[in-house]
Amino acid sequence: MALTREQMAQRVARELEDGFYVNLGIGIPTLVANYIPDGIDVMLQSENGLLGMGRYPTEEEVDPDMINAGKETVTARPGAAIFNSAESFAMIRGGHVDLTVLGAFEVDQNGNIASWMIPGKLIKGMGGAMDLVAGAENIICTMTHASKHGESKLLESCNLPLTGAGCINRVLTDLAYLEIKDGAFHLKERAPGISAEEIVEKTAGKLIVPDHVPEMTFEV
Amino acid sequence: MAGFDKRVYSYEDAMDGIESGMTVIAGGFGLCGIPENLIAEIKRRGVKDLTVYSNNCGVDGFGLGLLLEDRQISRIFASYVGENALFEQQMLNDEIEVVLTPQGTLAEKMRAGGAGIPAFYTATGYGTPIGEGKEVREFNGRHYILEESVVGDFAIVKGWKADRYGNVVYRDTAQNFNPLAATAGRITVVEVEEIVEPGELKPDQIHTPGIYVDRIIQGTFEKRIEKRTVHQG
Repeated sequence: MALTREQMAQRVARELEDGFYVNLGIGIPTLVANYIPDGIDVMLQSENGLLGMGRYPTEEEVDPDMINAGKETVTARPGAAIFNSAESFAMIRGGHVDLTVLGAFEVDQNGNIASWMIPGKLIKGMGGAMDLVAGAENIICTMTHASKHGESKLLESCNLPLTGAGCINRVLTDLAYLEIKDGAFHLKERAPGISAEEIVEKTAGKLIVPDHVPEMTFEV
Repeated sequence: MAGFDKRVYSYEDAMDGIESGMTVIAGGFGLCGIPENLIAEIKRRGVKDLTVYSNNCGVDGFGLGLLLEDRQISRIFASYVGENALFEQQMLNDEIEVVLTPQGTLAEKMRAGGAGIPAFYTATGYGTPIGEGKEVREFNGRHYILEESVVGDFAIVKGWKADRYGNVVYRDTAQNFNPLAATAGRITVVEVEEIVEPGELKPDQIHTPGIYVDRIIQGTFEKRIEKRTVHQG
């Protein structure tokens, strides 16, 4: 079975380490916050200027001056800091954020990512995504492995306009966990019940498959 | 207005001197921390052909979205737009020029502009459509593109508290682009929720020192919430 959105978030959460500063993009990456392992403390960075994002507020706590990068009302956790947008992107571009998780339309075997525009469709903008991919050394892309029509999104070379060049080193799809290095995807883990053959078939870019590919496990 | 007393008492005085064709830098992220009354005053004045630097362009009927109704903005530098139907329509009809700008680059354009640095190199956007046509230089084995800074004819800013000297503090994430915009206006206008007596704001907690600020006005704010999300249980 392909991973659910929640399982994808759970799998990404296993990459968190105690003491990490983490920026989570919109969508599946946001769900990662629900699966931070016990005993691990991470600080979530929200690029509108909040380090130490907390849970959503109760009705009584809702405050229009307190939002996250997705413009949702949030709270700040104990130990949080708030700052201006230039400071926020100094953290991001300066490589101070330990892990960035974001979605993508396409990635390719050279670590290029396309996530912000589809020509011919309405373009809303890149927000902070270009700064995030340019600044972070440690990025995990979450995405579906192939389109609804079965076309691979893990390519030899991105077709869509790029968000960043040569910046992605890890990808979690609904079918597999892969690393990108030396101009190829490297299959590291497969989703439960998904064969390496299926992943090979749905990966258009160069893919290195080791003899043994472990299957991900999830607690029910 | 005498000496260091930067208070003005009407929005008409606050935006005195704004003209068609000017560049306006606005603070705010989404609808959070936007100078909503200063924007409304720009609408009232009907000035046109404005170039606006702002992370977003408001929503239909509120924030910078108000300035779309009479087509007052001809060009906008923003990182994320299209939360409003009118904006989409004007963009598709080529009635407004949109220069999509990465959020960190937009912030740095304001910061550097206010700091007297005319341009800067950033890795953001290299190898993407944003980098096309821009000067590229390599430093320590990495590629960077040259981005130009901005200084506006006006900067419009929303603060929390200020004193008559123009020292400003912001509240929570309503800070966002506001202190950066404040540095980058030839005329910087700050509207706040409360003007307090000098000395009430601790000098070491001032976000925007008064030297950047030309006019201060106290207003009342709707503070509309764009996405109300609450914790269940």
